[in-house]
Order: sequence, then structure tokens, then C-alpha cells
Amino acid sequence: MYKGFLEPAYLWRHIVIWLCIAFAILPVLWIISASFDPSNTIIGQKLIPSNPSLENYRKLFNDPTHPFGRWMLNTLKVSFITSALVVIMTSLAAYSFSRFRFRGRKTGLFSILLIQMFPQMLAMVAIYLLLLWIGEHFPTFGLNTHGGLILVYLGGAMGVNVWLMKGYFDTIPTSLEEAATIDGATRFQCFYKVILPLSRPILVVIFFLQFIGTYSEYVLAKVLLSSNDVLTLAVGLQSFIGDQYAKRWGVFSAAAIIGSAPILTLFALLQNELVSGLTRGAVKE
Amino acid sequence: MKVATRRAPVDIPIPGLIAKVALLGILNALAIWAIFVLIGESAYWIAVMLAAGCALIDWVFLTPRLFPWRYLIPGLIFMAAMVVYPICYTVAVAFTNYGTGHLLTKEQVIENYLSRATLQEDAPEYPAAMYKSHDGRFAVVLIDPKGEKLLGVDGEVLPLGEVQLPVEYADSDGVPESIGPYQRLGTLELFQHMSAVEALQFHFEDFILKMRNVDRFATYKPQYSYDSNLDALIDTTTGKVYTATQGTFLADDGEALDVGYRAPVGWSNFARLIRSPQVSGPFFRVFVWTFEWAALSVVTTFILGLLLAVLLNDQKMKFKGFYRVLLVIPYAMPAFISALIWRGLLNAEVGLINDMLQFLFNVRVPWLQDPFWAKVALIIVNLWLGFPYMMLVSLGSLQSIPDELYEASRVDGATGWQQFWHVTFPLLLVSVAPLLVSSFAFNFNNFGVIYLVTQGRPAIPGAQTPAGATDILITYTYRLAFESGSGTDYGLASAVTILIFLIIGTLSWFNFRFTGALEEVHENV
Repeated sequence: MYKGFLEPAYLWRHIVIWLCIAFAILPVLWIISASFDPSNTIIGQKLIPSNPSLENYRKLFNDPTHPFGRWMLNTLKVSFITSALVVIMTSLAAYSFSRFRFRGRKTGLFSILLIQMFPQMLAMVAIYLLLLWIGEHFPTFGLNTHGGLILVYLGGAMGVNVWLMKGYFDTIPTSLEEAATIDGATRFQCFYKVILPLSRPILVVIFFLQFIGTYSEYVLAKVLLSSNDVLTLAVGLQSFIGDQYAKRWGVFSAAAIIGSAPILTLFALLQNELVSGLTRGAVKE
Repeated sequence: MKVATRRAPVDIPIPGLIAKVALLGILNALAIWAIFVLIGESAYWIAVMLAAGCALIDWVFLTPRLFPWRYLIPGLIFMAAMVVYPICYTVAVAFTNYGTGHLLTKEQVIENYLSRATLQEDAPEYPAAMYKSHDGRFAVVLIDPKGEKLLGVDGEVLPLGEVQLPVEYADSDGVPESIGPYQRLGTLELFQHMSAVEALQFHFEDFILKMRNVDRFATYKPQYSYDSNLDALIDTTTGKVYTATQGTFLADDGEALDVGYRAPVGWSNFARLIRSPQVSGPFFRVFVWTFEWAALSVVTTFILGLLLAVLLNDQKMKFKGFYRVLLVIPYAMPAFISALIWRGLLNAEVGLINDMLQFLFNVRVPWLQDPFWAKVALIIVNLWLGFPYMMLVSLGSLQSIPDELYEASRVDGATGWQQFWHVTFPLLLVSVAPLLVSSFAFNFNNFGVIYLVTQGRPAIPGAQTPAGATDILITYTYRLAFESGSGTDYGLASAVTILIFLIIGTLSWFNFRFTGALEEVHENV
């Protein structure tokens, strides 16, 4: 019954898969190569650079007009703060929805489900005008500030995360909290001394999912940020490369590799959770 | 045997109570500070809203019955402020003319016109000396052609001799050094306060006295007067009446003043999308392409993803895990970086793709210049970005199809092809269809790929609004609001956004119906 690798029926399958793999990884191989090619141009680039060097990486961090390191730090900072606050905010809300029975609970859950159908960035004009207006009175949270951007991201993060987290909390038996209550714990202590430690896996997943999402967010950052030194990586990199592929290809490739690294790492670590999250979506939105 | 003593549950332990009171105290202190800032800037409405919000939080935290809401309130506040409010505001703006030429409120525009004045060439000019008080008010001493001194203060001009303030002279130039609280400004100080001084106006008989240059005031005549009964601005020289109509000051002969104000305009933004030829033509193309784009994106990624999933799902296939890791790489890259890389590879003159095509087939394709090829390029890029997702989803779904079904169909004599079409595909579609609809909705608003690869270009010739051949509705909205060369049009952009809301809402509704998600949620929550 065993069919060998070279049997025709399987050979063509491997060929098809390898063609797809070529399609999938060629662009990636190409920028890895370009990042080590000191000629820094897309013209006449070869897959194996003739005299590989780290020249592009050095240039990348020494360009005063395009502060790549700054953009990278901005992105990490905004993503980290947003994700941390999102985990706090959504775990509180999910706990309430999971454990308490109160008037307005169902309505609240439904409203969140309905509101999150509309991606936040659709209302970018209104968000821009809102921040313009906030900035007139409280400049820390106005346009062109990380404070304002984080506030906007926090608002958009409630929907899916609350539902995911509530689903997880629902699986933790309430008897643990009852026992804690008998020992004199308050409601809030039940939450952060019993439920949160038990929910570490989902908290980590939501933190990193939010981190990946915020890291790659382009539209709102583009609309809200304008000065060179506050840009996130997505906006900065776009302004850096513009139409300068002939002149900045090598440095851009180095930036693309360093910029992708954190997300690729997270993806590798979280692959199972992400994939099971995808298929869970098939049953429950 | 020891008897277990059961402690009564303590309602609130002391440290918790202190923390709660302290946090509420800080919050209230911040809110009160913010409210004072806002009142100082005459932003009363926001001050009232902030006070109401703060009172709401206090109420929730101090009413024992409402304790479940204490956990919800942080999230709900952000969601209300940054999602619900913007959606409502979008709807409101769609029915206004908000945009370049209509950015200010009516009061601001009228004030602006009333302050416009024309220089009266034949009227006298007055040598002037400027004064400033400690609390930041300004005064001016003018010398009229007869040599009389006049004092301009608080918008009025009166002879210096009639002023009830102590006037002191320091030197013999005949100009006072101080008048009551007002101290004369030196040249350097004058330049520091130039913008405030330039804005000063003093009413004198029927005219206005205004600074003409550093040491001289001249006679101006107000160009417009406002008649509140007619709700119109009147040109004082020609007597022409400009009546306020829907955001513009309009004369009977159709002439309009160049600065209009923000005003409700009913459905006219929507009417422009449908009727105005320069707007509706490009808009229609954008609209159709948005649907084509979303549909083609879903179909291409799904076909390739499903093909790979079927190949990899074969038990006897070798190197499955290894292949899967390589194939998932595009999905793991941040999309904005991939899109920028592809833009480089697709570059018509120097890009890799054209070099390869040249080498293999001796052709070069104008990828980003020609409308058709730009669309093809986008589909290819999105295929690259999206097929791993479809592959993962299909793999998950294939694995859940029970083996008995295949065995049964084999017993019935089905070929592999028949098995696929009659067993695999229908079962797969049931679980994957909702994800296909979601994917359609996602690509419908896939701003990143379109904007980063083509920026919506190439442009549609002759379009009045900035519209390109590869623009989808959401990038079109962005360009209307933030990128138009002829100014921004928030009203029209919001109108387009409402159309997107309606389309996405309909799609989601179908999805909910199809999966029965809402009903399921109803039973389970």
C-alpha cells in the first residue's frame, strides 16, 4: 500500500506544493539577500549578493532624517501599553459578564457583538476630528500623540477579546470562588487571586494577539500621527521607502527584516493558539 | 477533634476600601481640574459631559447594587468614546458640508467677515504710540492732523483730554509715558506683541482705526455689516446682500462669499454621489471595483488555500509539517511590510517580477501604471498574503470530516474526484462559508494592501474628487478627507462611510443568520 515519494501520483503533488512554496518564500528570500547586499539598490540584484556585508543595517540606525530605531521603539511602546491595558480592561469586563447576573447583561453582550462588526477604522474621519478637538483642550491626548493613539486603540479592542475571555472564564468552576469567599475573600480578590492566575493562558494569548494587531495597524496611525519622531514603524517605513526603491532598497530590506522579527517570533510561539483560534471562528464569530 | 471556625465573609477589607476611596478621589480631582480647564476655555458642553461621566462613575462605585458595572465601566467608557461616538459623529457629519471652505461655525465666519475692513486712501493717517497694561490690555495714543491727541482704548476713541486717568509725561516728545494702568511699549516690546496689536480695532465715527504700520494707524471702513433680521451679510460699498443659505452666504445673482460655514445640508452629499457627473462617475467605478476586489480576493485565496489543504491532508503525503511551516510564512509577516516589499518587486522598471518575465518570456508589464495590470498586481499580492489563512482554515475543516463518509463513498464506487465534489466540498463549505463572508468583509475594507501597494493609483482622468482606478471605498474615503489637492471634504467622506456601514452591516447580518450565531449566543449567555 505504501506509495513512494517518486511515484507519479505523488510526484506532481510535491511539484505543485514546491511551486507554491517558491511563491510564498521568494519575496522573503529576496529581501534577506537585499539586506546584505551593500549596493543598496533593487536594480540588478542577485539572489546571492557578491560581497555580503552588514552595511545596510549600519546605515539603518544612523540615518538622522529617518529615525528607524525611534519608530521601532514607538511601535513597541504603543503596542505594549495598549496590549497591557486591553488585558486589564477586557478581563475585568469579561469577569463581570461571566460571573454576575444583572440587568443589562445580555444587552451589553449583544451590543458589544454588534458594535464590533464595524471596524473602528471606518470612522477614521470622525476619530481624527475627535482627537483634533480633544487636543485643543488636552494636548497629551490630541492628534500626533501616542496618548491619543492608545486611547483610540483601547476603544476598538473590546469586542472579540471580551467574548474570547468570557468563554474561557465560563469554563472555570465557580466552586473555587465560593471556597475563597468562605475564607473571607471579597469579590475583587476572587477575581485577581483566583480567576486571573487560572486564566494565564488566555491572558497571554489575548495580550499577544492584541500586540500583533497593534504592531501592524496602519490606517489609524497614518491618520493620527504626522511628525517624524512620533511615527510608528508602519507609517515611518512607508514614508521612508515611498518611491525610492532604486535608492533605498537595501536599507529598507534590513528594516523589513528587523521589523518583522518580533511578529515572526510571536507567531512561531503562538502558532497552535492562533490556528485553533482560526477554526473556532468557524463555529462562533 | 477540632471544630472548624467559619469566618464571616468580610464585605470590604480596610486596605481595599482605602484603595477604592483613594482612586475615586484621584479620578474626581483630575475631572475637576479638567472641568476648570474646559470652563476657562469656554468649552461648556464638554465640561458638562465630563462632569456627568465622572458623576456616573462615582454613582456606580458607591452604589452596592451596581457592583457588576464597576468591572465593565472602564471598557465601556473607551468603547463609547472611541467607537460608538465616532460612528454617530460620522452619521452627523455626512449630512453637513464640513470640509474646506466650510470648516468654521457660522458665528466664527460672521465675526471674520465683520473684522474685514478696506483702507480709505483719502482719509487721514495717525502717528501712533502703543500702551499695554499689566493684565494684558492694549491702548493707543493717536495724533490727529490738527495735532490733537486721541486715546484709543477698549474699542473706542476719545480725546485724551477727556480721559479720567492720570497721564504722565517722561520726556519732551509730547507723548505720555503712562496713562493710568497703561505703560508705553518700547519698540522691542511692541514686536513681541505684534499679532495682538495688529488685531486691535477702534471705532471712530463711521470708520475703524487700525494699525497700518508700526507707528501709524489708518482709517478703514468695515467691508461688511451683518443684519440679523435678514440673516445676511451686506457689502457696505456696493450694498449687495448675501443671505445665509445652507452654509454659504449667497447673493440673489448667485454670487457667493468665499468662506462658508458648517451647516446641515440634508441629503446633498448622497445626491452628489449619485447625480453630480464629476463625482458619481469615478465613485461608481470605485464602488464596482470594491466588490470585484473583495470577491476576487476571497475566490483566489480560497482556491489556492483549499488546493494546498487537500494535498497536505493526505495521510500518505511526506514532509507535511515542513511544507506547512514554509507555506504559513506569508501569513506570519506583518502585512504592511509584505505590501511594501511587493511594491518594490512589482516596480515596472527595476522590479524582480519584470526582470523574471523579461528573462522567461521577454515581456515587461506596466504593473502599477496601467489600471488593468495594477488590479492584477493587487490580486496577486493579496493572494500571497491571504492563501495561508485559507489553507489553515480548510485544513482544520477537512480534519473534522469523518473518515466513515469516505469509506462509504468508496464502497459505493466513487472516484477521488467524485468524492471531493460530493463529500468533501459540501461539508467543508458548511463550516468555512461564514469565514468566507468575513473574509469578503475584511477585504472590502482592506485599506493597507491597496494603499501601500498602489495608493489607489493610477488616477482616473477627469475626476473632480481624488479617485484612482484601484481605489476601494475605504481608501477613497481617506483621500476625500485627508489627501485631496483641492481641500478636504469631510461631509462627502462621511457619506461614503455610511454606505460602507450599510454594506458591512448587511453582510454581517447574513453571516449571523447563516451560522445561527445570534440564536446560539442567546441560548448560551
